[in-house]
Amino acid sequence: MARNDLQGTLDLLVLKTLSQLGELHGYGIVLHIQRASDELLSVEEGSLYPALHRMEMSGWIRSEWKVTDTNRKAKYYRLTPAGQKELQNAEKSFEHLVKGVRAILRYA
Amino acid sequence: MHIFRRIVNTCSRSKLHQEIDAEIQAHVEMRMADNIAARMSPEEARRDALIRFGNRTVMRERMTAMDAATAFDAFGRDLRYAARQLRRSPAFTATALVTLILGIGANVVVFSVLNALVLRPLDVPQPTGLYNVVHKSPGDDNQSYPDYVDFRSKNSTFTDMAAYRFQSAGFTTRDAAYLCWYYRVSGNYFDMLGVQPAQGRFFHASDEHGPNSAPYLVLSHDFWRRHFDSDPKIVGTTVDINKHPFTVIGVAPVTFHGTDLFLWPDFWMPIVDSPDDEGTNFLSIRGMHNLWILGKLKPGVTPQQATDNLNAIARELARQYPEDDYLSARLVKPGLMGDMFGDPARSFLAGIMLLAFLVLLAACTNLASLFAARTADRSRELAIRLAIGSSRWDVLRQLLSEAVLLSVLGGALGTLFSTTLLNALTRWQPFREYPVHVTVSPDPKVYFVALLLSICSGMVWGLVPIRQIWATDSVQVMKIGGAGTLAFRRFTLRDLLLGVQITLCTLLVTASFVALRGMQRSLHAPLGFQPQGVVLADTDLHMGGHSGASVTPVRKRMLEEVGRIPGVTSVGIIDETPLGTGGSSTYIYRMGTIDFRPSNMAVGAKYFSISPGYLHAAGTQLLKGRDFTWHDDAKSPKVAIVNETFARSMFGSASALGQEFMMGDKISHEIVGVVENGKYDSLTEAPWAAVFFPLEQNPDSDTSLLVRSPLPPAEILPELRRTLGQIDPSLPFVFHSWPDALAFVQFPARIATATLGVMGLLAAMLAVTGVFGMAMYAVSKRMREFGIRAAVGAQPVQLMGSALSRPLLLLLSGSAAGLLLGVIASRLLAQIVYQATPRDPLVLAGAVITMALLGLAATWIPAQRALRVHPARLLREE
Repeated sequence: MARNDLQGTLDLLVLKTLSQLGELHGYGIVLHIQRASDELLSVEEGSLYPALHRMEMSGWIRSEWKVTDTNRKAKYYRLTPAGQKELQNAEKSFEHLVKGVRAILRYA
Repeated sequence: MHIFRRIVNTCSRSKLHQEIDAEIQAHVEMRMADNIAARMSPEEARRDALIRFGNRTVMRERMTAMDAATAFDAFGRDLRYAARQLRRSPAFTATALVTLILGIGANVVVFSVLNALVLRPLDVPQPTGLYNVVHKSPGDDNQSYPDYVDFRSKNSTFTDMAAYRFQSAGFTTRDAAYLCWYYRVSGNYFDMLGVQPAQGRFFHASDEHGPNSAPYLVLSHDFWRRHFDSDPKIVGTTVDINKHPFTVIGVAPVTFHGTDLFLWPDFWMPIVDSPDDEGTNFLSIRGMHNLWILGKLKPGVTPQQATDNLNAIARELARQYPEDDYLSARLVKPGLMGDMFGDPARSFLAGIMLLAFLVLLAACTNLASLFAARTADRSRELAIRLAIGSSRWDVLRQLLSEAVLLSVLGGALGTLFSTTLLNALTRWQPFREYPVHVTVSPDPKVYFVALLLSICSGMVWGLVPIRQIWATDSVQVMKIGGAGTLAFRRFTLRDLLLGVQITLCTLLVTASFVALRGMQRSLHAPLGFQPQGVVLADTDLHMGGHSGASVTPVRKRMLEEVGRIPGVTSVGIIDETPLGTGGSSTYIYRMGTIDFRPSNMAVGAKYFSISPGYLHAAGTQLLKGRDFTWHDDAKSPKVAIVNETFARSMFGSASALGQEFMMGDKISHEIVGVVENGKYDSLTEAPWAAVFFPLEQNPDSDTSLLVRSPLPPAEILPELRRTLGQIDPSLPFVFHSWPDALAFVQFPARIATATLGVMGLLAAMLAVTGVFGMAMYAVSKRMREFGIRAAVGAQPVQLMGSALSRPLLLLLSGSAAGLLLGVIASRLLAQIVYQATPRDPLVLAGAVITMALLGLAATWIPAQRALRVHPARLLREE
């Protein structure tokens, strides 16, 4: 049971989003998670940016300033090979968590 | 690249801030655009976008703090803020700085001396693996030349071994005669040490061809400069040492001053050569222990292996020669005359280092309580900082920065002062007639220790308020306004600190009193002679070229002519004055002894050669029998005068007069007189047996002329100088009063007393500031309470009592504990300071009175303040 905390879940969501969509800015990540989860999950901005910063310091993601479709300057994030590996770990440990929690819920 | 950005961030924290802001700004704008598209009003759209971020400042701080690279920047900010805080409270800063300068300065000075005498190796190119070979029993460090030759040729563990001795001679130029000191060294000495000459060449083992075969000199750089004006053509010239010609073959480099840390010789001479006629006799006498052996271990050989190797050789030699009966080997660190001064120097310096450390500890506790009080005063500020989002760790780091900044600053200033003091110490030559001084100037090791001590002491007292910070409840503190009402009833950490500090200070004060008393007593201890009123004129008749039969007439003339000087009451001659630096001992055997090996001796005795009249001039009491006369000469039967210890250990209660004894020369001596006991080597020694011989029956060229007179030395000296100059102008004399000459044996006690005195003084100052600070703080915190109490009718004395009872109680209990510790610790002191005993009513009274006076001084001003409480004004101010 490694890192099955909430922060780990946020990391997993961000990493998965970036692996699916390639390159995205912070706002895009928030929107994607909201939409993809059918409005069930919403990421707080106050937690997202520190998390992005931390993941960048850990070398999981890389950032670059780019111009958006609407002609704004924004910081785009993309996954690094180290981030790819971290994503696999996070997915695996999330599966464990879900399995564990489900087992307890079904326990009669 | 984020690595690159991190480097950039180191330089600029604001750049990172800007970047974060820009990113958030982009996010907010995108969200606003979407919100407006969802038909929100622009106002509402903006509010919604912003509110989702929560506290943006906190978030930004968190992100910045995450960036490891900004830690350095934060450190700089902490320091700047700390400096500002310290500038705002100059009284605290000044007190802390002075305390730290004293505490760290004392440690730097003591450590430098320790470093110079104990830690630092010899100043030669490769000092590793160099050891002095001494005997197993401590204090017996000299070896004989034949033993040296055997050790050197038979060992398998040393690359090489050199022998050396240190002695004095007269150096005559056309105009004057000087006393100079030099090493006589074996030919391989310079080669083994790996020293290279500054001029000319050194002598080598190949220059030695038996006694008096190598009349060469190597000058020290300093001697070359002083006496030859650094003459580049000095090599090859001839100089007169004791009126014997020697050829200068080289000059040593400026840094090389032989193989003792504190001796600075004038020149080096091959050991096989001598400026005295009898000076090479010892080369063939196995029982004559008068030189030091220095060996260089082979690479990979441990000192233990080498010791075992040498001891095996020693056992073999003991079987072969009776004189080597006791021969054994031990390796010691070189540099302190073999190891003669090694043990006392090490234990003394370790003791003083401990005391200095205690002073620093006392200083730290002092600062800790000051700092804790200051933190309590700042609790409102700290609470506000915690309330607006700073973490407890930030606050702690901030306080720690203040402490360490102060400590490092204090340490730097303390080191600066110490360096000045140490440079003066380095230049100091404690004895006029001996080339003794020690280079104690700080080296990088000392600076490193100073920095380490500064940072550590800063940490020690800076971490004390940690509990206060963690316990701070910001809401509570802001509501009730500062620490004003924090419990003053129960004992706090500050009280404990003050108690510890006073205990340490009392310990130090007691120790210095014990030392001072011991010193005072040792100055009045019975010496077996009366040094007051005696002027000494020391010389070596060899320096004037006198030897054999020509010695006695010169001495007789000296005694007669000096005795005629007006104001001189008595004169006498001894070869080496007791408690001087020379002094020899010999084995005494009972009559009838056949096997003269050391284990068969009856007693070991100091021996001296004296002229008729010496005992009278020295003020040594003749208890029984007679003094020598000039008829006790080489042709008459051998006679001796012994001291009480000698008489008792040889003959018990029977009278010693008329009894006989023998020495290694197998000739019997008859005892004609018994004198009182005395001190011969050191003030702290146990009673030694001593024997005096007539000068003519035991010839020695060393001459110490005693001149007793009721006149002050300054009035006698000119006439004495003139008279002796007429007898032989080429003889260099060293004049001093006998009490001055005793400076050498009193030196350790004097140094110990001075050092302990300074430590005690420092401790006393720290005690005063500690109690003062505590009492002052206690009074100032309770002014309001006092105001109310005064208003409802409390007497000023009652107020004073409640304000000062705590500090006084601490002072009393701390002093008692310190006194007890001091009494226990003083046993250690007794080894250095003669007759140091803590069970001396004067010492105890002195310590108690000192602490009481300190307490009075420290609480005087706070008491005054408590007495002058003005209720109306105080209550208005609050």
